[in-house]
Amino acid sequence: MISFLIYKTILVIVIFAVSLVVAMYSTYGERKIAAFMQDRIGPNRAGPFGILQPLADGVKMFMKEEIIPDVSNKALFILGPCIAMLTACMTGVVIPWGAAITIGGEKYSLQITDINIGVLYMFGVLSIGVYGVMIGGWASNNKFSLLGAIRASSQMISYEVAMGLSIIALVMMTGTISLKEITEQQAGGNWNMWNVVYQPVGFLIFLICAFAETNRTPFDLPECETELVGGYHTEYSSMKLGFYLFAEYINMFISSAVIATLYFGGYNFPFMHDLGLSENLITILGVVALFAKIFFFIFLYMWVRWTVPRFRYDQLMNLGWKILIPLSIGNIMLTGLITLLRQKYYF
Amino acid sequence: MQLTNRSKVVSKKEMTFAEKLYFPAILGGMGITLKHFFKKPVTVSYPEVKRDIAGVFRGQHTLKRDEKGAERCTACGLCAVACPAEAITMTAAERKKGEESLYREEKYAAVYEINMLRCIFCGLCEEACPKEAIFLTDRIVPSNFERDGFIYGKDKLVEGMNENRVDVTKRQTEEVNEFKKDKHYAHNK
Amino acid sequence: MMIKYIFYFLAFVSVFSALMVVVSKNPVHCVLYLIMCFFSIAGHYILLNAQFLAAVHVIVYAGAIMVLFLFVIMLLNLNTQSEPHKSTWLKFAAAITSGLLLVILVGTLKGSETMVMPLGNPNAGLIKNLGITLFKDFLLPFEVSSILFLVAMVGAVMLGKKEIK
Repeated sequence: MISFLIYKTILVIVIFAVSLVVAMYSTYGERKIAAFMQDRIGPNRAGPFGILQPLADGVKMFMKEEIIPDVSNKALFILGPCIAMLTACMTGVVIPWGAAITIGGEKYSLQITDINIGVLYMFGVLSIGVYGVMIGGWASNNKFSLLGAIRASSQMISYEVAMGLSIIALVMMTGTISLKEITEQQAGGNWNMWNVVYQPVGFLIFLICAFAETNRTPFDLPECETELVGGYHTEYSSMKLGFYLFAEYINMFISSAVIATLYFGGYNFPFMHDLGLSENLITILGVVALFAKIFFFIFLYMWVRWTVPRFRYDQLMNLGWKILIPLSIGNIMLTGLITLLRQKYYF
Repeated sequence: MQLTNRSKVVSKKEMTFAEKLYFPAILGGMGITLKHFFKKPVTVSYPEVKRDIAGVFRGQHTLKRDEKGAERCTACGLCAVACPAEAITMTAAERKKGEESLYREEKYAAVYEINMLRCIFCGLCEEACPKEAIFLTDRIVPSNFERDGFIYGKDKLVEGMNENRVDVTKRQTEEVNEFKKDKHYAHNK
Repeated sequence: MMIKYIFYFLAFVSVFSALMVVVSKNPVHCVLYLIMCFFSIAGHYILLNAQFLAAVHVIVYAGAIMVLFLFVIMLLNLNTQSEPHKSTWLKFAAAITSGLLLVILVGTLKGSETMVMPLGNPNAGLIKNLGITLFKDFLLPFEVSSILFLVAMVGAVMLGKKEIK
């Protein structure tokens, strides 16, 4: 019992720390990638190649003056960034970061908890994530903040629907909503290919919705600087602002992990069982493979951000309700049809 | 008049289905950004690397000394008159006995101030000077936290002695020398 | 043992937040307390081993419906000043009605004290069993309820449509 608790505690702390570090360096990566795509150098003063830049930014955020507006609702003003940060860190619990590691004859799974409603849990956390933005935006008592908050909530609700529907097709195919089982089904050999091969449309819809849910360009309407000053975090300063920005990067990391797990085989990599490696080595390589996939998707997020301009609000709603939702319903129907035909004719 | 052949006629026709998918266009755009990703940055890391500037670059002023090290300026005030931004002020004083090695002529500038916030670095002072005393150099005026810090007195303007002399030969091209011979072109219009 | 304490904690939170929904003056606070109440109820579901229900409860009620509530209230910008004054008679009538409701509730619960709940399959709340139950034993009511949603949707579209003159 005690060893179980210690093992889980260590796992939780490690995953928490890893998500924070990845989010920290995503800010650095974002600035570097933006710079390279615009033929610039990017941050290069703090440490070699500027790799200490996130630390400098963090120190700056902490040292800045803390301003809580006089007319704001103070309790809720503080609650907003707390919720944003909390929900951002919560999803990492159900993601299988790797297979089990065997130490001293004891198997230790690299997933904090394999609850059998993994995908639903993810959605539940996602749907409360919007409260951080809404409460913060409303409590600031500022027009721009309120507009940003309202935009955020309507955008998130709209795209959650399409996201859920795109996942349903995947769940119909795999027959489970445990992320662990979904990953294991994509293990190599016997034509067990990554789910993206079977669900290309679903993947595309999921990807677009993930962009919208994490408030990334081209769907960054809740915080568009050019229209709303800063959106829901206009009134925030110091580390509270830092939490909001940080939560966005953690969300990006987690959603990349979810995409990699659901559609790109998670910690599986090609020929993993054919090379004659030991179990532990396969697990470690699997973790490396998963992180390679995650970093690719983080890069994709940034790549798209520095390529595509922002949508107009009506275009955003049209895309969500009139294109993505019908498309995902069609995808569900098609998946159901093929599943039925497969059962009937055994192919 | 058509200047280039790059102009395109804008048409408002309905988009085809392939265009309405947007994905080809988005992927094309991403291709372009990826191409730039591998290009060499055009950044010049300023304090370490300095861009080449023209020989006749007009930067911070200097008050020259003559060959013996005496100040050339005689506080005639022509530079102040020529200055369109009214950045130059000066107070004249008479040279005392024994100061011959310090000042070249009997009258000299006891105070000579240029307000670098007003100065537009046009170089008219240099043109107006009959004594070849004031020159603009290729040095950049550094930033400052105070407004007062931008008012440069003689301590900052007069060039040093011996090895601390400021080289202005770049500014004295042949055309300039030719022009300087005929002073009435400069400010008697 | 631990479960008992968790139950008491959740029960306290849900009762407290439910009370605060009624008591707080600020409508936005009311909605936030209601969300808290929903979360504690989701916790109760998990204690009953009905994880699917808990997740769906959070997604649908706390995540979607309450967001819309909050949305509307934020846009209306309600506050204590703009609240219409209610007459004493109305307050009196409301007090009597709710008091009667309380009496009825207490009466019902008192009668059910001796009733023993039949303990069914403890895993009935898991997603697989729930799906089989819904699509085998309760297929017709399930589908009928979807028609209810369809009607609601048509109604919403009708209300939202521009009037053709």
